Amino acid sequence: MSPIQLSAISTRFRHIWFRNLITYRRIWRVNFLVPLLEPGFYILAFGLGFSGLIGAVDYAGMQLAYTRFMAPALVATACMWNAFFETTYTSFVRMYYQKTFDGILATPMSMEEIIVAEIVWAASKASAAVAVMLAVLIPIGYANFPGALVCIPIAFLGGLAFAAIGMFFTGVIPTIDMFNLPIFLFITPMFLFSGTFFPVSGIPDWAGIFTLIFPLYHLVELMRYFCIGAMESNPLLNLAYLVGFTVIFGFLALLTMKRRIIK
Amino acid sequence: MQIIDAQDVIKRFGAFTAVDGIRFHVEKGEFFGLLGPNGAGKTSAIRMIYGFSPVTAGHMRVFGMDIATQWREIRSRMGVCQQENTLDPDLTVEQNLRIYARYFDMDKARARERAEELLQFFALSHKRAAKVMELSGGLARRLQLARALMAEPDLLILDEPTTGLDPQSRHQVWNRLTDLKKRGLTMLLTTHYMDEAESLCDRLVIMDHGRIIAQGAPRQLIAEHAAESVIEIEGPGPELKTYLKDHQIKHDDLGERMIIFADAQGELENEVRRRFCMASCLFRAGNLEDVFLRLTGRELRE
Repeated sequence: MSPIQLSAISTRFRHIWFRNLITYRRIWRVNFLVPLLEPGFYILAFGLGFSGLIGAVDYAGMQLAYTRFMAPALVATACMWNAFFETTYTSFVRMYYQKTFDGILATPMSMEEIIVAEIVWAASKASAAVAVMLAVLIPIGYANFPGALVCIPIAFLGGLAFAAIGMFFTGVIPTIDMFNLPIFLFITPMFLFSGTFFPVSGIPDWAGIFTLIFPLYHLVELMRYFCIGAMESNPLLNLAYLVGFTVIFGFLALLTMKRRIIK
Repeated sequence: MQIIDAQDVIKRFGAFTAVDGIRFHVEKGEFFGLLGPNGAGKTSAIRMIYGFSPVTAGHMRVFGMDIATQWREIRSRMGVCQQENTLDPDLTVEQNLRIYARYFDMDKARARERAEELLQFFALSHKRAAKVMELSGGLARRLQLARALMAEPDLLILDEPTTGLDPQSRHQVWNRLTDLKKRGLTMLLTTHYMDEAESLCDRLVIMDHGRIIAQGAPRQLIAEHAAESVIEIEGPGPELKTYLKDHQIKHDDLGERMIIFADAQGELENEVRRRFCMASCLFRAGNLEDVFLRLTGRELRE
């Protein structure tokens, strides 16, 4: 197995990013429809169905309507799903069924550049989805303007983190149906327990500490901070965690993908 | 300068040795063939030439550069037409060409011109907006060849370019390859079709079990390992076998069929025709398939 060569990473990776952009643009209506409608569905369902049961949520010393508490978390989870799906199912199809990477490896591109391009692309797609969501949430008053616009670059960082771990799973998973495993064991619990549907401060300390290892928790906190100007943690620590997570899983993604493809 | 220079190149996958110390070179402008049964190590050898697979031991130099360190320069001057379809199904025919050119950092205007030239050259212009999924096998292969030529390579690698094509498509691919040869392009071909190798290749090597077992020009290999002319006799009798043994004539006894490798003079042919051609007897020119089967045997490989 050949080790990772950081010197093999150049700005040429943008060509593969561009290739992905072209295929994305071809079905841009579909790509835009989901983030456009998703917040509406959740806010409608939770606003109509849930708020009668719950009333207000105590968060960071504030009394928040439940939907207002939850809306920024929707932005964060959309970012997660977009990035994670892109480097798992979509990249797997490109790698395994379409042999796209094999074709590219006969050109002056390196394996490292392909992986970097896939991860950066997935993060870009996640940012685009978040931008579309904000276009709905800002006018209806669920996200501050212009502060919430910072969520777009934050989504890029969060996207990098989820894309990196997704790519790592793509590097180790034997068949495409086995992505169910990381989704059930990692993504779903994270989706439920990252301060998305209830504040982490409201649950016992031992469980709260557990949620700190979830990257989604840090992303939700940041999104909430920029959407409604309140948070229960330190934004610099959240950022540092996401950066660290990206570096570690980016490295593991390169390692496992290279081992998988280069023979 | 040699375009490809392989010096005792070895490729191992764990305990399995796919390529076991091959040594060959390809000259500028040459059409070079790499033949061998399935599992002989051809694709492994090719993948080392374009730097997809790292070389386990030995030296692989392309354009005088080491593939291990200067892979990027080497690949930027090389076109590869892979065995499996690696076209991008998310893109149209024309997009496949133009996006591929980007990977070579090719100027956009130049890429557009070049795509136009190649769509013409491979008779694909009418399909420029088609999706790759909708192309027939022949069209897809032509597109893959066109794509490999996008960056105006100095070396074209063709891994079984006509496998699975109908006769019309095969002939069209051969015509295009012959045109490219006239323009002086250096090419390396692997194929299972011996007629293809015989008519296209200036020089070739035959590989088996990861080693090179013969190399030379097709006619030279035929003269050396088979013969200029061949006689095939169905249901050979014992007298024929004795005759061949007594006269020390090169032959392959396949039981139901006898293949006799005759000289060009024709004396033997007349003798055989007169004495042994009672039932069915086939006189033909010796070909590369005879050489291939003599050297690699007739047993199935997979």
